[in-house]
Amino acid sequence: MTDKKTIKIAVTALNAIDSPGPGVSVIRGLREAESFDVQIIGLSYESLEPGIYMHDLVDKTYQIPYPSSGTSALFERLRYIHEKEKLDMIIPNFDAELFSFMKLAPELDKLGIKTFLPTVKQYEEREKFNLPAFGEKYGFNVPESKAIHNIADLYSIGSTFDYPLVVKGKFYDAGIAYNIDQAKSYFNKISAKWGLPIIIQEFVHGTEFNVTGLGDGEGNTISAVPIRKQYITDKGKAWGGISISDKEMLDLTDQFISSTKWRGGFELELMKNKEGKFFILEINPRIPAWVYLAVGAGQNIPEALVKLAMGMNPKPFSDYAVGKMFIRYSWDMIVDLEEFQQISTYGEL
Amino acid sequence: MKIKKNVAISDSGFIFNPDTGESFSANPIGMEMLEMLRDGMDYEEIRKNILDKYKSEKDTVEKDYNDFITMLKQYNLIENDGQKDD
Amino acid sequence: MEKLRYERPLIRKLESDMPNKFGSRTEFLPKTHIDGIAVKDLINDYGSPLFVISEKNIRETYQSAKKAFTTRYPKIQFAWSYKTNYLSAVCNVFHQEGSWAEVVSGFEYDKALANGVSGKKIIFNGPDKTEDDLRKAITNDSLIHIDHLDELYTIIELADEMKQKPRVAIRVNMDTGVYPIWDRFGFNYENGQAWDALNKIMRSGKLELVGLHTHIGTFMLTAQAYGTAAYKLADLAIGIRNRYNHKIKYIDMGGGFASSNTLKGAYLPGTDTNPTFDDYAEAITSALINSDFEPGNLPLLILETGRALIDDAGYLLGSVISNKRLSDGRRNTIVDVGVNLLFTSFWYDHKITPAREFTHYVEDTVLYGPLCMNIDVIRENVSLPLMNKGDQFVIHSVGAYNLTQWMQFITLRPKVVMIGSDGKPYLIRESESIESITAYEKMPEHLKSFKL
Repeated sequence: MTDKKTIKIAVTALNAIDSPGPGVSVIRGLREAESFDVQIIGLSYESLEPGIYMHDLVDKTYQIPYPSSGTSALFERLRYIHEKEKLDMIIPNFDAELFSFMKLAPELDKLGIKTFLPTVKQYEEREKFNLPAFGEKYGFNVPESKAIHNIADLYSIGSTFDYPLVVKGKFYDAGIAYNIDQAKSYFNKISAKWGLPIIIQEFVHGTEFNVTGLGDGEGNTISAVPIRKQYITDKGKAWGGISISDKEMLDLTDQFISSTKWRGGFELELMKNKEGKFFILEINPRIPAWVYLAVGAGQNIPEALVKLAMGMNPKPFSDYAVGKMFIRYSWDMIVDLEEFQQISTYGEL
Repeated sequence: MKIKKNVAISDSGFIFNPDTGESFSANPIGMEMLEMLRDGMDYEEIRKNILDKYKSEKDTVEKDYNDFITMLKQYNLIENDGQKDD
Repeated sequence: MEKLRYERPLIRKLESDMPNKFGSRTEFLPKTHIDGIAVKDLINDYGSPLFVISEKNIRETYQSAKKAFTTRYPKIQFAWSYKTNYLSAVCNVFHQEGSWAEVVSGFEYDKALANGVSGKKIIFNGPDKTEDDLRKAITNDSLIHIDHLDELYTIIELADEMKQKPRVAIRVNMDTGVYPIWDRFGFNYENGQAWDALNKIMRSGKLELVGLHTHIGTFMLTAQAYGTAAYKLADLAIGIRNRYNHKIKYIDMGGGFASSNTLKGAYLPGTDTNPTFDDYAEAITSALINSDFEPGNLPLLILETGRALIDDAGYLLGSVISNKRLSDGRRNTIVDVGVNLLFTSFWYDHKITPAREFTHYVEDTVLYGPLCMNIDVIRENVSLPLMNKGDQFVIHSVGAYNLTQWMQFITLRPKVVMIGSDGKPYLIRESESIESITAYEKMPEHLKSFKL
């Protein structure tokens, strides 16, 4: 038996709450990796992110500045953390921070910190307001979408969209509006939190499915696991799901990866309408919070992602267990005030 | 003007109010003022100590002190024993 | 013993929330010097508030914009957009760099002439050119960009009368996939207005059609819209060649490039997200090169970008007047810079930094200007270090539009200083005095005296 290499990886999105970030699930995948051992450095924005206090999963946590502070502030902080920790890799998991990390990737690489992220072009092409152009370019069915900057535009879009329609934020949040008053209310609520534009999307009736996967940036599928969400919370998050076998969805995922040469993890949100046609509702450019189901079904996406970043050439997964389920649960940790004080005042724990 | 007895003030600038479960942070001068208030000093003494140590003026310290007290009251960190401002 | 630097006491409640757009920005890195001169000294010598323009920054920015285009396209000409900043010293830096002048009124036209720009190198845009303006422009052989049919008819009449062949272009508006469409200026591409105007020009035989112009919007955050616009102008130019065997000499893509400022409502800072000159240049030049122009016969590409060339070169220095608390406990800070000077604070969350070192403690504050008017808000919410009365600060990227749209309102306008490439400060605009305002007033005889 050979000694396994230990890789030091920083992971964000430790907010394993009712609308969870993927960080903790990603870390669980990494801890179970067969090909290497890990040390995990948590990167947090807030003092109450549960992952900070999960010492069996996260070895040490540092707070980092919000994406809205700009990349230079983020880079300074990461350089400080790197000086202390000598990171091998960073896995960012929040939509809102991805752009900043993509911009910094070359600088981080110079410091010896690997990432494995989509390109700016891939990231922008799949943005919600670019989805119609994306569908046309690559030949996917997508709902009609339009970005609006002004609440008054809700009146003029009536000619293009029928109610109900979906009102979405640039990064997160969405609501189904059945009339203009509801649409206005969602516009105000979502834009106050996530800024502009707001995306108005055609509502597609049908059954929702999701796929998580991993592309190697050359057009090859390293991993793809389709699921159906079984229980969805009032925040629109899955609380239970099951892996399924659907050739058409796997083909669609292959087509997505090969045509865009997708680099890194992703999640496809799909809707299958009455005629059995699949629509892509959204392409999330990062690993989803339910990724541990893919790990449990036999495709350790976080492990494969690290191998891609570290040049360890992972073999594409060829199989996964169908009918594996995940059921999410919440867990009350007991934390001493000293720990909270430590992360709140020094930004490190 | 007294800081509530059970309020915990740590050297790091972390303040915890066990009555309400709220926590706060203060800058170094804020910490010094809190310590002086806890030691029962009145405004005159506090001002003198601050002006002995820092480059400032009486008016500035007075204005900032009053503002600081307002915030302590707003955060419920001051003993509420019906006593008037001294 | 030397006394320590004082800072006001601060206590802040620790609140936990998931990241949102109000996350604190670390804006407390001080800006102590501009081009080597201390902010403190500038305010000492010229007063507060004070506009400061960096000549070095203008020249460097211009060169990087020029490089972005010249490395991709053979024939490039910039024209300085006077309305963005028409302080003569600023205009002349651009003219020294090789920029023509782009003006939108008789006043700006005269200013360009007075600065020494040859009439042939002035582009005259805008919907309001009076008959006198047009006469002058025709006499000087300037490039007249026609905005509407009434103007076109006037120019045809003037050409007859003056026995001259004016050099003209039309402004074209179009759908570039970005909304709102700026269709109030010029002639529409999609509905045939543009062709109608072009046919009238060509059939009149009295005007020389030299170019096509568009200006698709302002603070454009997608470079690709320029590609669409360039493609549509190229399509018109090729149509003119085919129909009239006439080659236009230039395509003028206007301006509208974003600067590094952050628009209100944006989540990420503008410095991270806004397109660069390279992005715009790539979109425009590849559309032109890939169109049906013969490769050796590409038209001159004119650019009228203003904001992106001058915004970062401008700073506004100011001082804190007072700190207060609003009734809900929120901090507010009153400064001597108001919306009368910083018109762009209606559009942007301007970056504001202190002019000296502070500790890392910050407080969220509303930043109010000095005017006795409720609208006078510079930033609705900004995290700033614990600045007290008299502390100085620097507002960044204010070079575009503020020095032309500023208002003489309630108070007088301050001095403007340019820090030359030689590192020395030059006063380029004096502060106003009460006489500069009252000199233009007239008092009727019967109102001259009163008793109180």
